[in-house]
Amino acid sequence: MKNGFQVILAALAALGLSWCGFVLAPVLQLGAQKQAMVLNSSALYPLGRPGEANQGLQVYRANGCAACHTEQVQQDGVVCDVVLTSPGSNPVAVSNLVSALKLSDLTKDDADAAADQISAAGGKSETHVIATGVDIARGWGFRRSVAADFLYDDPVQPGSLRAGPDLSNIAIRDPDLNWQLVHLYAPQSLVKGSAMPPFRYLFEVRKIGGAMSPDALQFSKGFEPPAGYEVVPKPQAKELAAYLLSLRADVPLYEAPFTPPLAKP
Amino acid sequence: MTTPDPGAKAPDTALDASCRVPLLALFGGAAFWLVAGLLLSLAAIMTFHQPDLFADCPLLTYGRVQPAANDALLYGFCVPAALGVVLWILVRLGQTELVLPLVPIAGANLWHLGVLVGVVAILIGDSTGFAWLEFPRGGSVLLFAGYLLIAMSAVATFGARKERELYPSHWFLLAALLWFPWIYSTANLLLVAWPVRGMAQAVIDWWFSNNLLFVWLALVGIGAAFYLLPKLSGRPLQSHYLAQFAFWMFIVFGSWCGIPQGAPVPAWLPTASSVAAVLTLVPLLVVAIIARNTVYGSTAVCRGGPLCYVKFGTAAFLVSGFMFITSACPHFSRIIGFTWFGPAQVQLQILGFFTIVMCGAIYELLPRIMGFALPFPKFVRAQHWLFMLGVLLWAGALAVGGVEQGIKLSDPSSAFADSTAAALMALRVGTTGLVLILLGALLFALNVFAVTFKWKMALLKAGIAAIKEPLEAESAPARSDTGEVKA
Repeated sequence: MKNGFQVILAALAALGLSWCGFVLAPVLQLGAQKQAMVLNSSALYPLGRPGEANQGLQVYRANGCAACHTEQVQQDGVVCDVVLTSPGSNPVAVSNLVSALKLSDLTKDDADAAADQISAAGGKSETHVIATGVDIARGWGFRRSVAADFLYDDPVQPGSLRAGPDLSNIAIRDPDLNWQLVHLYAPQSLVKGSAMPPFRYLFEVRKIGGAMSPDALQFSKGFEPPAGYEVVPKPQAKELAAYLLSLRADVPLYEAPFTPPLAKP
Repeated sequence: MTTPDPGAKAPDTALDASCRVPLLALFGGAAFWLVAGLLLSLAAIMTFHQPDLFADCPLLTYGRVQPAANDALLYGFCVPAALGVVLWILVRLGQTELVLPLVPIAGANLWHLGVLVGVVAILIGDSTGFAWLEFPRGGSVLLFAGYLLIAMSAVATFGARKERELYPSHWFLLAALLWFPWIYSTANLLLVAWPVRGMAQAVIDWWFSNNLLFVWLALVGIGAAFYLLPKLSGRPLQSHYLAQFAFWMFIVFGSWCGIPQGAPVPAWLPTASSVAAVLTLVPLLVVAIIARNTVYGSTAVCRGGPLCYVKFGTAAFLVSGFMFITSACPHFSRIIGFTWFGPAQVQLQILGFFTIVMCGAIYELLPRIMGFALPFPKFVRAQHWLFMLGVLLWAGALAVGGVEQGIKLSDPSSAFADSTAAALMALRVGTTGLVLILLGALLFALNVFAVTFKWKMALLKAGIAAIKEPLEAESAPARSDTGEVKA
């Protein structure tokens, strides 16, 4: 390269190419994304967070929660289980067949073959799709996170470090509002040895004047504030807890299928 | 004209002196932010020693102080130090005085004001929430304006060069000058000013931080090393052809890295990044060959001086690059993804590679632009040892802790708390390293501040003398006049 013009041209070309690939293309592909159809349903996903949870997203941003927490469930692949739903007209043959066949941890093709054999014998079966991976085995989610999970978030904060656990589905793991608030106020009171800093500045410790506030935190034994005092969340704490309780990526989508577990009665 | 060979050039005092004031403005602020950033890092890591240390102090909560520390180091130290070194190298290689010397002074002040605004904004909870782009609008506008002013002077100096032939450092530094405004404006416009929707935000942020932390720092750091290694070791760069090959490969493939494996985005994005990262191995190896061949057989002894700095920095660049490539391979990222291994690589890149190369360059150029020796020459060697040990302990502990944490995390039968505990031990060991680096940074800041102080005192004395001289000259005959009248 003999002159400055050539150098600038080279840099323009190299950076321009990567700009087209990692800025322009994603903006065209993801920036125009719309709500997705939930698999086997007519519902749309995501629906957007309620107002208080949306304000909580800003509390999450302001306090840099994403410095320690990810919102990205990882997945290795899927396995299929074939579940017999009805033995049909020839229960003995179907039952013999079912005990002879391998019905869990199957690939999609093997599961289809097994289902075909069962239906040929007159039985009825369902194929359940189960996502696999360490995060899913830990109970951090049912499926991998996808771009749709972040559709209405601004800023999007997927995080990059797991100094604390993944939060994609924290609302499913710990759905109790009081648990979330107490955990923010004094993490070590609920998770022994937790490395999370307490966020006491999001709460107010005050003297109980007359009746206790309905918002006051309920502590487990040994962690209560001094007698005559109560711990009340400031608005930011309530918003942050509302955001955490809105974190649930539990619907199957085309790009991340799974069979939802039966709803508990 | 022969090929410009920085090793053969006699120091030209007039050229060096033309950079004096703008470089002092850039380096003074940079030295301050280096110390401030490391202090903030230390405050951040203290949370892992005692979680409830800052439970009542929102300003110092980990999630705020950690990005503030990172940005203070990157924007407060790395970029202004880099720009100062770039100006000096362009002056030296071009054999011309700095053009528009007042403009970069204004630029440096705007830049450091922008960093102050940005860091304070993060601490009071006004961060944008995007990694490495946390400064809100006010801070980033100041940074951008400051950068343009400094780059304007750099480009004008390049255009006015008397030595017309280009040296390999020119390619790297010119590319870097163009790189920053492009990525910084793209990221700020599409993430902060008019945010795009959904996950595209995260992709742009990854693209930006990769292009700043991996590509930009490497362009300036390696560009400076390719100037300093031959100059300090007394052997010409081996060779210009290899350097050209490394430059091309690096800007073409390096700029496509950075999308983490398993990210919730269309699969082609992380795949493209993974391929690009593996291909970036080629320019890294070529840089290693160039550096080794240039230094090998040199009789220059470094004795903890600038040559030691640049050698260690180049080695750290290679290690950090290999760590970066490793974490982009799906096979390894399954284990070390989301662990402290990532921060370890970033800390090695910023502190082990870039800060050390820049400090070495500044120790080399500071006595020349000032025209007097460093006030504390022994600090140079002490800082070199402190930094070397500190970086090995700090980045090494984080990396080892990250791998341990990753092994625990990737085993679903081991409790999550075990992975935290594995990392916690390493973080506590690493803190010692961080303290050593901080001590080294203090020595650096002392030298820079003492130089500035000495220069300002000399200016003051010269100024007073300049005022006194005509006064004394006037008053002396005046007295004799009145004496005559009286007589």
